[in-house]
Amino acid sequence: MNTVTEARLAAERHVLEILSAAEAQVPASAATFSRRSFLKLTGLAGGGLVLAFWMGDEATAVAAEAAGGAKSFAPNAFLQIAADGTITILSKGPEIGQGIKTAFPMIIAEELDADWSKVKIEQAPINPKVFGRQSAGGSRSIPTSWDQLRQAGAVGRAMLVSAAAAEWKVPATELSTEKSFVIHKASGRKLAYGALASKAAALPVPDAKTVALKDRKDYRIIGTSIAGVDNRKVVTGAPLFGIDQTLPGMLYAVYEKCPATGGKVKEANLDQILKLPGVKQAFIVEGNGRTTEVMPGVAILATTTWGAFNAKRQLRVVWDETNAATDSSNEILEKAQELAKLPQGPGVVRADGDVDKALASATKKVEAFYSYPFVSHSPLEPMNTTAWVKGDTVELWSPTQTPDPALGLIANTLGIPVDNVKINQTRVGGGFGRRLMNDYACEAAQISKQAGGIPVKLQWTREDDMTHDFYRPAGYHAFKGAVDGYGKLTAWANHFITFTVDGKVPANSSNYPADEFPAMLVPNYRVTQSLLQLGTPTGPWRAPRSNGIAFAVQSFLHELSVAAGRDHLEFLIDVMGEPRWLEPRTEFALNTERAIAVIKLAAEKAGWGRKLPEGRGMGLAFHFSHAGHFAEVAEVSVDRAKRLTVHQVTVAGDIGPIINMSGSLAQCEGAVIDGLSTMLGLEITIEAGRVQQLNYDRYPILRQGMHIPKIESHFIQSAYPPTGIGEPSLPPVAPAICNAIFAASGQRVRTLPLVKSGYTLA
Amino acid sequence: MATVRLNVNGQNRVVEDVDAQTPLLWVLRDSLGLVGTKYGCGVAQCGACTVHMNGNPVRSCQIPAAAASGAAITTVEGLAKADGTLHVVQQAWMEHDVPQCGYCQAGQMMSASALLAQNPKPTDADIDAAMAGNLCRCGTYHRIRKAIHSAAAKLQKA
Ligand code: FES
Ligand code: FES
Repeated sequence: MNTVTEARLAAERHVLEILSAAEAQVPASAATFSRRSFLKLTGLAGGGLVLAFWMGDEATAVAAEAAGGAKSFAPNAFLQIAADGTITILSKGPEIGQGIKTAFPMIIAEELDADWSKVKIEQAPINPKVFGRQSAGGSRSIPTSWDQLRQAGAVGRAMLVSAAAAEWKVPATELSTEKSFVIHKASGRKLAYGALASKAAALPVPDAKTVALKDRKDYRIIGTSIAGVDNRKVVTGAPLFGIDQTLPGMLYAVYEKCPATGGKVKEANLDQILKLPGVKQAFIVEGNGRTTEVMPGVAILATTTWGAFNAKRQLRVVWDETNAATDSSNEILEKAQELAKLPQGPGVVRADGDVDKALASATKKVEAFYSYPFVSHSPLEPMNTTAWVKGDTVELWSPTQTPDPALGLIANTLGIPVDNVKINQTRVGGGFGRRLMNDYACEAAQISKQAGGIPVKLQWTREDDMTHDFYRPAGYHAFKGAVDGYGKLTAWANHFITFTVDGKVPANSSNYPADEFPAMLVPNYRVTQSLLQLGTPTGPWRAPRSNGIAFAVQSFLHELSVAAGRDHLEFLIDVMGEPRWLEPRTEFALNTERAIAVIKLAAEKAGWGRKLPEGRGMGLAFHFSHAGHFAEVAEVSVDRAKRLTVHQVTVAGDIGPIINMSGSLAQCEGAVIDGLSTMLGLEITIEAGRVQQLNYDRYPILRQGMHIPKIESHFIQSAYPPTGIGEPSLPPVAPAICNAIFAASGQRVRTLPLVKSGYTLA
Repeated sequence: MATVRLNVNGQNRVVEDVDAQTPLLWVLRDSLGLVGTKYGCGVAQCGACTVHMNGNPVRSCQIPAAAASGAAITTVEGLAKADGTLHVVQQAWMEHDVPQCGYCQAGQMMSASALLAQNPKPTDADIDAAMAGNLCRCGTYHRIRKAIHSAAAKLQKA
């Protein structure tokens, strides 16, 4: 194996690690941490009497008037209350538009019983030793932090109550709290949290696991609609984002890599570039061959962004493409169609029962080939990072979804200890999974180092962003399914054709989850796979894997209910069967009762079965992903010229209790628009290893005025612990709309995007 | 290299030693430190860079700085009053909790405020026409529409 492939594989492994970490079901364990370095790190020391609550085995609350008195602590979340009653809560995760900077503090404030109007939210510094998991991905922020954050608030509340009990010499059990006050109802006394802060600070911290948590019925903050805590800064144009960061003496950098992944620089017209106005430096970067860190390229540093962009346009690089990607979308499709003719793939993902026997004895059989394309993330803020290497340390300001794993990648890139890397988390102008990778941050660090340790802001152009994405992999499904004489689903075979880098295992986010719906719901069920070689990087995209699989699987399921002559609502409920948890029977598994409940709710709210005029139809689709049960009904019209109107999408979901209603509704609205936008017209094609769509002109994201459907979302706020909302409402969108197109027109859509089969929006 | 004189948010600003062809976007961001105006595509496709030039919404990535000389330019930083009172559009954006990631919203609000200045009671079709140039990758279009209608209603009352 050559070194290039080894580096690619190392990068692949890293991405898989990120994914599994993002999907891990437990928070990272918090290590012990000295209070002195903690205060130094967080910058919280000094400035008035504040009460800091620490959580952990050795924890004691401290009046933090100065940063002295180091003691060992194991905090995993924290808040502080000033004497004036101001409550500062640190939000530990990246804000990427999913609303976590509002939702996390709501949980702490709820258990603290804080007056929300007195709460100030700050972004926590990046230190996984203190905060545990600090990444945003896999819709895992809420489920992995729910207990941790509730306990953080509850410990605070318990101590304030104890302080008041001591003050009034009454039993703590006689006290209640409300909106930042401790109240003694019997005597009509009340004390503000701020007034109790210094007293509470002197008390020992109770074990977080022993403090009582609130009953859901007593929630005052959780479940309400709270507007984004940084909205005022956003609407006034404050410098929140990565792209907005500047440092004194900073240069603006661009970085040109080979458009076919893996190409190396043979030569470049650096002499000419160095003569251009504003250009200060231009040099070749060798890179370490890892797509997740630094691939080879040419860096140009100028006094303005425009100077750097301008120079980049005049840069001429001769690439050595010996080891570069040579992928071609057309060839990939041809090969996939060829492979689809095989009865099954060589790799077995799952095999239950006897599919071949069931198919042979079936009353009705259906076969179909489904495909969907590569797509790009293209968040509106192109990749960027500001970095400053000083000797063997580096400080970065980066819009990343995964600051904690970034620390190690940057350390590896620079060859320095991980403790010498400091990352400042900025607001992120859109994630969608793209910023689970930190390649741009590693590049910025490397460029700052090679430039001699000056601060640089690396800014990718939109074209860079679309050329060097980790694309949602295309996918091809050759299905066979069967129903028996009673119209019951008896057999399901899915030959999944996907991609590989090493020729052995699927490339990242190209794998087929063994428990993906309808696994365990069909007695004879088989998923096999074939692997196609790919040199272009792939990666997680909003609701990884499920975002494509749901289109194919939930559309094909509808084909089977049509073959069985059954109503899809009734058929889908029948497929779920008895109420039960599927394996692994955790809250991260499908529960058929929860599934049926959302399916029924979506159908009821949408008016399923209503008589509709000619050319108008409804489609229903369910999907379970990222611990969320979601069903959606689309109502569409299609005319003979394939002009499509999506009138409404009704969303029903169960993710347990909703933390922030406004934010959750926003995520559903965003997911429906993202889903529709992508299924309708978005496709990345590749020729000679080069992506063909370089800007939004050829990648037409849905716009205002392009008939955006009405979206209605409903939540079953079940008693299960809350799980994330960023992803699971997306996968059902495409199949619901495609099933509706079938109902309206009798035309089955088996290929995305829709424009490929002649559909346009009316 | 040239000297460019601009009037931005009511102030005269002199930018020295700048390539006269530099798009206004980058002069605002890099030379004047007004980073509220965003870069998204550089080719007039996304609208993240929208500012007002003499009251009209323009894509600042397409206007050479020299060509903006002499015009009154307003950026998102100049939308609120000097005393901090937010523009009715900014207020509506907050009331409807419009932003998700927020990156597109400066451009959205500049297009919306220009629309309302010219057409205080826009219909849905007017909104479609005026806002079609502003992409929102997060899909906040419904709330944008609601916020524009409610800003318009507020203007009617005022
Ligand atoms: S940056 Fe000007 S329109 Fe996109
Ligand atoms: S809010 Fe993220 S792009 Fe519009």
